[in-house]
Amino acid sequence: MSFTINELCTNCWACEPLCPNQAIYEAKPHFLIDSRRCNECEGDYPDPQCASICPIEGAILDSSGQMLNPPGSLTGIPPEKMSMNKI
Amino acid sequence: MTDSIGFGHHQHACTTNNCTTPLAENIREQVQNHPCYSEQAHHYFARMHVAVAPACNIQCHYCNRKYDCANESRPGVVSELLTPDQAVKKVLVVSSEIPQMSVVGIAGPSDPLANPEKTFATFKELAEKAPDLKLCLSTNGLNLPQYVDQIAQYNINHVTITINCVDPVIGAKIYPWIFWQNRRIKGIKAAEILIEQQQKGLEMLLERQILVKVNSVMIPGINDQHLAEVSKIVKAKGAFLHNIMPLLAKPEHGTFYGLTGQRSPTDSELSALQDSCEGEMKMMRHCRQCRADAVGMLGEDRNQDFTLEKIESATVDYQAAMQKRITVQAQITAQMTEKKEQQPHYVQFIPLTSIKRGLTKQKFVHRPILMAVATKGDNLVNEHFGHAKEFLIYEASHTGVRFLRHVKTDLYCHGDDSCGEGETALQRTIHALTGCEVILCARIGYGPWEALVAAGIQPNNDHPYEPIEEAVEKVYKEMIIAGKLDEPLQQQLGA
Repeated sequence: MSFTINELCTNCWACEPLCPNQAIYEAKPHFLIDSRRCNECEGDYPDPQCASICPIEGAILDSSGQMLNPPGSLTGIPPEKMSMNKI
Repeated sequence: MTDSIGFGHHQHACTTNNCTTPLAENIREQVQNHPCYSEQAHHYFARMHVAVAPACNIQCHYCNRKYDCANESRPGVVSELLTPDQAVKKVLVVSSEIPQMSVVGIAGPSDPLANPEKTFATFKELAEKAPDLKLCLSTNGLNLPQYVDQIAQYNINHVTITINCVDPVIGAKIYPWIFWQNRRIKGIKAAEILIEQQQKGLEMLLERQILVKVNSVMIPGINDQHLAEVSKIVKAKGAFLHNIMPLLAKPEHGTFYGLTGQRSPTDSELSALQDSCEGEMKMMRHCRQCRADAVGMLGEDRNQDFTLEKIESATVDYQAAMQKRITVQAQITAQMTEKKEQQPHYVQFIPLTSIKRGLTKQKFVHRPILMAVATKGDNLVNEHFGHAKEFLIYEASHTGVRFLRHVKTDLYCHGDDSCGEGETALQRTIHALTGCEVILCARIGYGPWEALVAAGIQPNNDHPYEPIEEAVEKVYKEMIIAGKLDEPLQQQLGA
């Protein structure tokens, strides 16, 4: 049971200090989660901390590979308008 | 009524009791060499931002957290994140090469107080190694109450809070979420918490005699009608400057506002709002909405002259550099004071009746006009038209000369075919100067001269290297004498 961070991560550091298990670490090209340490914040917080502060939709996945913050859920930008954002 | 912190030529239409009051002497001293706080100072002193704060605890609809482009100039955009050690080294190297450097700020790229360890580690070391530099930070305010004491402890005596609203219903249209007490909170509740923390933080800073500037982003249809109330409230609490900035929102920014067609305010909408709030508090009009890694004078950005590679290999005698800064800056301050004393009232025009001798009195009034000025600093008309990366726009009227805003000519992605739709740089510049009737510059080529005249803008290079306000005033008077600004009085009254 562990979350993962994917290549959408912008290395903003917001999640790193919040992790109650010090599972998140700086890496290239982006931050990673140590799956042996991550417990998805069970027993620590009601909400998983990394996924609660991450500003990038789709950058953190749960153990089944589902996005914890799907497109549009954080920015409010309708997904059909996002294709304009590929410059 | 002279408030001499650099708004000296800002004394327009000061006819009611609502007139802005002179700044207290201690505040004047604190800001007289701060380019972001004093309009006069921004002609002479330099600043730099160090980008050590990548994390944020809120989302704003005008911000895209994925953005990083070296050709972009707007807040929140940065090319290279620095560690606190790198940031300190960079400040020491840059401030030894640019002795006019008076201010170091942490303004991002995200929220300094969402990165407290990095932010305060940087400030702590700077306070030790370059105690002459003023420290400031810019925050969204959410974590402000928690860190006010640390801010005071590190002698950070200038704090900017971005306050876009005091009404959570409006706030919910600007901030989709905040991170607060280990949860992501959305909607009106999120805005309520943010507003409460901002206001509490503002009050706590003021209790500790820390100077507070409030930034607001003007978003047409969202908070434009509301910002007068914001201005009134923050002024009543004791913020000393309100900086209303235009929303920057284009689809290519990839922000919510950019992608959903939210428009930016026009220059005249912005000026009108600033004017309407002016009675409430000092308005700041020279803000350049700098990048979080900007370096140099306000109108320029020399960040790219100071790469990490260059910084790390440089050796600096910190003590000698500080001595040089102190000497250079004392000279600048003395020159500024001298200028002020020489011409304490020159912006208060000689009564126009003395100019209109020979004309039948009272038949004419003279309309105010806008003039653009090409300058590269020192408050002088000293830039070649074709070299100007920006123009300063001044209004001349019978009440005096006042600075209104700056206009960038070097729009975001120059050189790219997708930008400007095939307009030449000159056409873009002329378009950006719409509304100006005169452009003052040190020199100008024949081609641009003709093009400007054809567009109804009179180039004028008769006042090279003269102080800006003086030159604007002279040209205005010349135009009055030439009868170019006469308007029948009846027409004015009837309007």
